Amino acid sequence: MAIEVRIPTILRQYTDGQKAVEGSGDTLAELFTDLETRHTGIQARIVDEGKLRRFVNVYLNDEDVRFLNNIDTKLSDGDTVTILPAVAGGMH
Amino acid sequence: MLTITQALYDQIVAHAREDHPDEACGVVAGPVVAGRPERFIPMLNAARSPTFYEFDSQDLLKLYRELDDRDEEPVIIYHSHTATEAHPSRTDISYANEPGAHYVLVSTADTDGLGDFQFRSFRIVEGEVTEEEVKVVEAY
Repeated sequence: MAIEVRIPTILRQYTDGQKAVEGSGDTLAELFTDLETRHTGIQARIVDEGKLRRFVNVYLNDEDVRFLNNIDTKLSDGDTVTILPAVAGGMH
Repeated sequence: MLTITQALYDQIVAHAREDHPDEACGVVAGPVVAGRPERFIPMLNAARSPTFYEFDSQDLLKLYRELDDRDEEPVIIYHSHTATEAHPSRTDISYANEPGAHYVLVSTADTDGLGDFQFRSFRIVEGEVTEEEVKVVEAY
């Protein structure tokens, strides 16, 4: 099952500079575990203690997975997953 | 050094003024490689807060798709501080994920007499903050 994963600039150090890689898995959690086998270090940048990091946005096709089923969101062949770090900050 | 046109500079300042006392945020995009700020893209502060900003997640996806399609990058990522100086905070540094971008901070603290108006630019790479000179020009 092939899922296209779009990688943000900041994480391309784990993908030899590639903007998109392929992965597989029935859920997002499985997909990130699969990516880790070829792109060591990437999983910890996205997942912390089994949950998506607060300031990393993950989209399934066009939908923010926080409005789906978070890291347990189900994937299908041909889906595109986009990872984008939040653009955020503040006074403190 | 950040070189920016007077027109873009004015647009950033106007946005910061308009959203005060909330923090304003946005991007100035430019062609990849050239790295010149050209296209002003004000963003909605989804946090609508005087002490925090965050691009709305759906807007963020749309923005990055558009930049990708147009072969652009976020040359400037700007936001305002409304009661403190225009220097990256601890939060700003920990969420800075574009090592190639100029992080522009505007302080609108002068509005409430809490400090001077400031427009400053920084590079934030792996937690390391370096201030850079801002050069305002009429045209590139």
